[in-house]
Amino acid sequence: MKILLQLSFLLSLWLIGELISQTWHLPIPGNVLGMVFLFFLLSFKLIKTEQLKEISDFLLGNLAFFFVPYGVGLLSVTGVLRGNWWQILLIVFVTTVLVIGVTGLTAQFLARERGK
Amino acid sequence: MELLLNSPILGIILSVFTFQIGILIFRRINFMLLHPFIISVLLIIPILLIFNIPLGSYMIGGDLITFFLGPATVVLAIPLYNEIKTLKKHYIPILVSVITGSTIAIVSVILIGQILNLSPALIVTLIPKSITNPIGIELSKQLGGDPAITVASIVFTGLLGAIVASFTCRWLGIKNPMAIGLALGTSAHAMGTSRALELGETEGAMAGLAIGLAGLATVLLAPIFVHWLM
Repeated sequence: MKILLQLSFLLSLWLIGELISQTWHLPIPGNVLGMVFLFFLLSFKLIKTEQLKEISDFLLGNLAFFFVPYGVGLLSVTGVLRGNWWQILLIVFVTTVLVIGVTGLTAQFLARERGK
Repeated sequence: MELLLNSPILGIILSVFTFQIGILIFRRINFMLLHPFIISVLLIIPILLIFNIPLGSYMIGGDLITFFLGPATVVLAIPLYNEIKTLKKHYIPILVSVITGSTIAIVSVILIGQILNLSPALIVTLIPKSITNPIGIELSKQLGGDPAITVASIVFTGLLGAIVASFTCRWLGIKNPMAIGLALGTSAHAMGTSRALELGETEGAMAGLAIGLAGLATVLLAPIFVHWLM
């Protein structure tokens, strides 16, 4: 029952986030708002990380697994991509390496400068 | 057989067993191209094709699995909270690097897309590819893109980002765990975050934070750059 209660607590935060996101037409999805709420609950010590330990280990330990159906779903778009597939591959590859490099170097440089 | 095709059992057992095979292989050969996720997908697709199982039948179980990504995103607040000291100390590098990374993501898609002569509709479809699915779908619609292709590009970017991040960071000398995490979350959303969590807790926490920040930055900046460059 413990892990089900923990799961339902997270689902409630997601639901509240979803309601707020839809009511005010916010560009942030409900689960990301839920993350913000949980962060504040933890910061104000209204809840302790130990109280969510089991569900947190379960969800974060299996995060890559939860994406498997999305990967399989790529099967359904192969037809649409046929004409442009190599351009799309190239764009995704080049821009992803670029974003990793720029973000990482910027963060590392600024952190080092401020650390001095 | 009818029963199996209309129940979530098929999708769940196929995913779990193939992923477990992936874990066993990955444990022996620690090579990113053989990540359990990739092995699982590469085993499931031929099984569906060979046995003529409709994708919809697989997705009855598949939807139950992806449902857990909702609460998983919420619970990312925990690693983030555990890194609250890093967050307080480095909020400027965090904000600046994520906003810079998101800007590069948008601008590079537009410019390379134009060089390759892609249609404007396809370019705007690809703009949200680095951000998390729920935000990306909405942004794609707002920009006049095709949400189905956007989802595919988001998944593909996440997969590729998770694969190339370690190589890229080593190549460019990015060693700071915070920087690695931010790079993974900004470029490859939650799939990058799952990779970041494998690298370490700081990496995972920062990647989780970057999902939200990059999503927000992209939603706010994309319409401006689309208007300006296209």
